[in-house]
Amino acid sequence: MSEHDHDHAPITNGDEPAAAARVRALEALLVERGVIAREDVRQGIDWLVSRSPADGARLVARAWVDPAFRQRLLADARAAALELGLDPGPSPVVVAVENTEAVHHMVVCTLCSCYPRALLGPPPDWYKSLAYRSRAVSDPRGVLGEFGVVLDDDVELRVLDSTADIRYLVVPRRPPGSEALSEDELATLVTRDAMIGVAQPAAPAAVES
Amino acid sequence: MTYRPGQRVRVAARAHEGHHRTPGYLKGRTGTVERVHAAFRNPETRAYGAEGLPEQRLYLVGFAQRDLWPDYRGHADDRIYADVFEHWLEEAE
Repeated sequence: MSEHDHDHAPITNGDEPAAAARVRALEALLVERGVIAREDVRQGIDWLVSRSPADGARLVARAWVDPAFRQRLLADARAAALELGLDPGPSPVVVAVENTEAVHHMVVCTLCSCYPRALLGPPPDWYKSLAYRSRAVSDPRGVLGEFGVVLDDDVELRVLDSTADIRYLVVPRRPPGSEALSEDELATLVTRDAMIGVAQPAAPAAVES
Repeated sequence: MTYRPGQRVRVAARAHEGHHRTPGYLKGRTGTVERVHAAFRNPETRAYGAEGLPEQRLYLVGFAQRDLWPDYRGHADDRIYADVFEHWLEEAE
């Protein structure tokens, strides 16, 4: 730090968490050394918060109503997103996996917080918590139960630990009672948690009756 | 591509100083290649400012939950799938 001899604003800020102070210090150093510009950081945050699970939900709803599209989504989710005019994001490859009567998928990143941000937006805080990241692999059925998902004993559970360059998106099962819904209405049933694999979409009560 | 879908592979049990993307709970464990992904730049050198070359082939490997956790409750076929780079895999009998 011997070269760090100029004045700048304090990089800690009252009671902000240690991680936030560390990020601010890193950002200040990267900017100071010309690795990134402040504008890059702002644009990155703008992009991230402009993403939302509504995009992933459009993919799922189309797959529910169009079997040929479903096959294309499972074969190449990036191409399928582009086909719907969605932004699949930068380099990481997105792989869509399908829940069926016999197989249920759920996604975790035990090492950090890898997540299909381009199609789902920022991950929820619990997804980044140590508790979820450790228990999702060692006691996944217990975790699912806490989210209100109880799998039948004969359903095979597959936990996907996204450890590298691939991002996983779960295509949940289309709920019973949703036969009469339009594609746009179906998309409203597809939640963020369902595409992580910790929830199952439900049809609205009015439709069930 | 060295490994093929269906092939049994073991994750190297070695320690690694510094950034790497092989989770500790899988080191030394044996699983089955589920998918062969593309090759990607190596995060172990890329994390420190290098280009991460040569690229390393990435594999989706499935592990039986009951092989990982002795007291695992649940379906006998429950599995964990993780992406493991080729240089962390060894052929298993």
